[in-house]
Amino acid sequence: MAALSVIRLLATLALAPLLFSVINRVKAAFAGRQGKRLSQPYRDLAKLARKGAVYSQTTTWVFRAAPVVSLAAIVAALALVPLGPPGSAPSFTGDFILVVYLLALARCAVVLAALDTGSSFEGMGASREAAFSALAEPALFLCFLILDASTHRSNLGVMLSGTALSSAAPELALVPITLFIVLLAENARIPVDDPNTHLELTMIHEVMILDHCGPDLAFIQYGAALKLWLFCAILTGAVLPPLGRGPWLDFALAVAGIFACAALVGVVESVMARLRLPRVPKLLALACSCAAIALILTLWR
Amino acid sequence: MLTFLLLIPLASAALALAIAADTPRRLILVLAALAHLSLTALAFAVPPGPAFGGLLDLDPLGHLFLSVTSLLFLAASVYAVGYLRAEVKGQRRDFQEGAAFSNAPERIFTACLLVFLTAMTLVACTRNLGALWVGVEGTTLASAPLIYFHRHRRSLEATWKYLLICSVGIALALLGNILLSVAFYDPAQASTSMNLADLAAKAGIARTPWLKAAFICILVGYGVKMGLAPMHNWLPDAHSQSPSLVSALLSGALLNCAFLGILRTHQICVLTGLASFSQELLVIFGLISMVTAAAFIVGQGDYKRLLAYSSVEHMGILALSVGVGGGAVFGGMLHLVCHSLAKAMLFLVSGNILALYRTRSCYDARGVARAMPVTAALWTAGFLAIVGSPPFGLFVSELTILAAMIRQGDTAVACAYLACLGIIFVGMSVPVLRMVQGPMPPAVTGKAREDFFSVGPPLALGALVLTLGLFLPEALIQTLTQAAGVVIRGL
Amino acid sequence: MTVAALFEPLMIALILTNLALLVTSRTGVLIRLIALQGALLAFAPLFPVANLPAHLALLCLAVFTIKAVAFPYLLSRTLRRIDADSRIEPYLGGGLSAAAGIGGLLFSLWLENRLPVPPGLFAPLLFPAALTTIFTGLILVVTRKNALTQVIGYLAAENGIFLFGAPLSRQGSVWLELSILLDVFVGVFVMGIAIHHINKTFESIDVGRFCTLRD
Repeated sequence: MAALSVIRLLATLALAPLLFSVINRVKAAFAGRQGKRLSQPYRDLAKLARKGAVYSQTTTWVFRAAPVVSLAAIVAALALVPLGPPGSAPSFTGDFILVVYLLALARCAVVLAALDTGSSFEGMGASREAAFSALAEPALFLCFLILDASTHRSNLGVMLSGTALSSAAPELALVPITLFIVLLAENARIPVDDPNTHLELTMIHEVMILDHCGPDLAFIQYGAALKLWLFCAILTGAVLPPLGRGPWLDFALAVAGIFACAALVGVVESVMARLRLPRVPKLLALACSCAAIALILTLWR
Repeated sequence: MLTFLLLIPLASAALALAIAADTPRRLILVLAALAHLSLTALAFAVPPGPAFGGLLDLDPLGHLFLSVTSLLFLAASVYAVGYLRAEVKGQRRDFQEGAAFSNAPERIFTACLLVFLTAMTLVACTRNLGALWVGVEGTTLASAPLIYFHRHRRSLEATWKYLLICSVGIALALLGNILLSVAFYDPAQASTSMNLADLAAKAGIARTPWLKAAFICILVGYGVKMGLAPMHNWLPDAHSQSPSLVSALLSGALLNCAFLGILRTHQICVLTGLASFSQELLVIFGLISMVTAAAFIVGQGDYKRLLAYSSVEHMGILALSVGVGGGAVFGGMLHLVCHSLAKAMLFLVSGNILALYRTRSCYDARGVARAMPVTAALWTAGFLAIVGSPPFGLFVSELTILAAMIRQGDTAVACAYLACLGIIFVGMSVPVLRMVQGPMPPAVTGKAREDFFSVGPPLALGALVLTLGLFLPEALIQTLTQAAGVVIRGL
Repeated sequence: MTVAALFEPLMIALILTNLALLVTSRTGVLIRLIALQGALLAFAPLFPVANLPAHLALLCLAVFTIKAVAFPYLLSRTLRRIDADSRIEPYLGGGLSAAAGIGGLLFSLWLENRLPVPPGLFAPLLFPAALTTIFTGLILVVTRKNALTQVIGYLAAENGIFLFGAPLSRQGSVWLELSILLDVFVGVFVMGIAIHHINKTFESIDVGRFCTLRD
């Protein structure tokens, strides 16, 4: 089982940047273009890794440590999230809390690095990111609690094995929707944030990492890809019913589900425009309320 | 006969809408009121049977309310003739804000008045709680255009508050009706009738928690319409901004109809053994209303709002009388009659004052005794009547209620009751006497109109209140006792 | 999946429309939401599906016509005539209203446990859904300053009360329900006229401008 988890984790680390290619290809298809090469994210990461880094004199060790810390935290969180049964090796009761906190640690590191630069643009991005995450995290927690309540187990291995939603209670239909909204919010996708925008006044995530370059930026971009994979894995795990065909087939199915998730993100990005900034908290509050209602009704049963 | 009681005002409303000339329309209004009153009086001699399969059924309690409504409507309609004649057609300047405004078409006003009478008749003539609800909702919808007769900002604000607050209150009362149905739900039976007689027969199977919830909902819901504090917020605004005869009808007849709704539910509580629960709630709301009214009457600067808060106080006294129970219920029924007559008289008189002085302020409307002597006399007499001073009828009713309270040992309630009455007496006397005495302000021009139409109805109403204070005819005592008996026994 | 099993998703959809009503601030969207609520409500008296009396189908048709077609038509006509969808800030914003709505849902679930419900009368989730709708309507009436939104709140409260009375209508007289519908219809009609007058007189339907009448 441990070997299985390690192999799965290595496959994840290898495949994660492909998610970005899938999203870009879907958006290109909608726009009538051909789009970037599938291997483009890998080439970008390699290019960044070859470059040298320039550090501002106002920054301290926090700025240099942040990319490493964030990447390490995300990889640790990934190790806990199962990709198809029988779950991941380090699995224990309440591990979903650790996952959320590891993600928070990663975010906190990047935010601190942004504040460390002493620049107002990064500070603006950092404050926005922190505010939106403060609203998205309760929604994520509530969804986890719903999965916990419907499966009566508190570890991710069972919660994300697809059995939670099999009881066909109607309020559980809200869980994938809320998880998807949280995915869009945490990964800085439209309608919360436009990853392609160059207008600094409207950026959230991009402006926060404006000062990083070279290998630091490579770590952060790679970390973003892993984070997207993580959220897609949570969504797929909650939705896909278990097929019990053996660990490799289940893993392949989960990976297919994750790529389908990424394609869905691409579709959403192509058909919607970005929300005005004051509207984003309303969207997240709506997600929180939906999750709260679903939780109340699940507990009531 | 009950069908005619409903059909006559309804048909007259349709006729009033159709006729274009003013004088025949006003004549129809008065004639309809007279016909309604004569039918009501006839019903004393020849008790009418149920109509529409038990939907319309006149019991002594309903008959009392119907008589009061009918009498008040006749007085208001006679007053309306003079009022509408004196109204300026077309646009004019609002005396308070200076904005230009016009009146609603007189056709709509008259038609709405008659539809209003129909709805109130429906409330009084039915013992079916569902039909009663429909009637009360109908009164809200019919009286909203009446409040908005003078089409300026303040009356629009008052109309909107009235419409929204009373609609929400009546929606709550509907919820209470549904909870009542749940309380009496019998899966074996085909339907849950909302008729009082049918519910009385099923009193044994009533589920108490649902009944209690239903009574609370209905008390709050109809209490909004009745003007019990703290749900009375629409009352001062609506009564001060509407034409005086509409205020008279609202205070004298409409609040009673809402009270009838509460009484019918109280009857159900009595029949199912929850009398102490409902009485306790009624006492609480009654006392809160009296205290609130006392707080707002002291230092009140607008004489129509003064009368409106006085209505809140008297509705509190009515609720208190039923809540105390026993001999107080007879006092409450007498109080109902006397208050309606006196309040209507006061509102009609205030209309005369407003017409001359063009201000609603107690400070600016002075020297009424010099400008309009008869009106001043009626204003003072009305004030004395409404605060419960002898020899008017309200003194007898309030004393009866007090005696019953003391006899039952509710000394705390009696002390609060007396304190509020005292404060209100002092609070009301200051503006009223200030208005009557003193020289006329120089800014007031125009001639005072004191003809039969403007002075006759209040004079008649005042005479009635005086008579009831000096001498209660045997027939009236019997009617009141029967009505009180219905409330105490439940059926 | 039997037809009877559709009842719970119907109730949950109703609760979600309440949440949407509390969170939305655009009047046009609110009107469409109340139309959706009316349409969902029209199917409520049909459950449980066994032995359907004929008059019940008539009631459902009447409810659908009035609540899902007539009311939105009246309201959108008023909205078009006043020709404004200006930002009128409510007393209680979207987030707090949603929290209040969820509080209402919790309270109604708690109340259902406390009150002894006659067995077989209320389908599961009907009591909480109805009470939540009533709370939503009351919250909208009290916390919103847009006069049209207050009317929509009144309609939502009436929807909740109708849902409450739906299981009793299987037995009882249908004409009473119809008369209630008619009353509410006339009420909304009168309110629409009043809103039109408010817009003409105050040049906005912001009820917060009603401040002249006070003690």
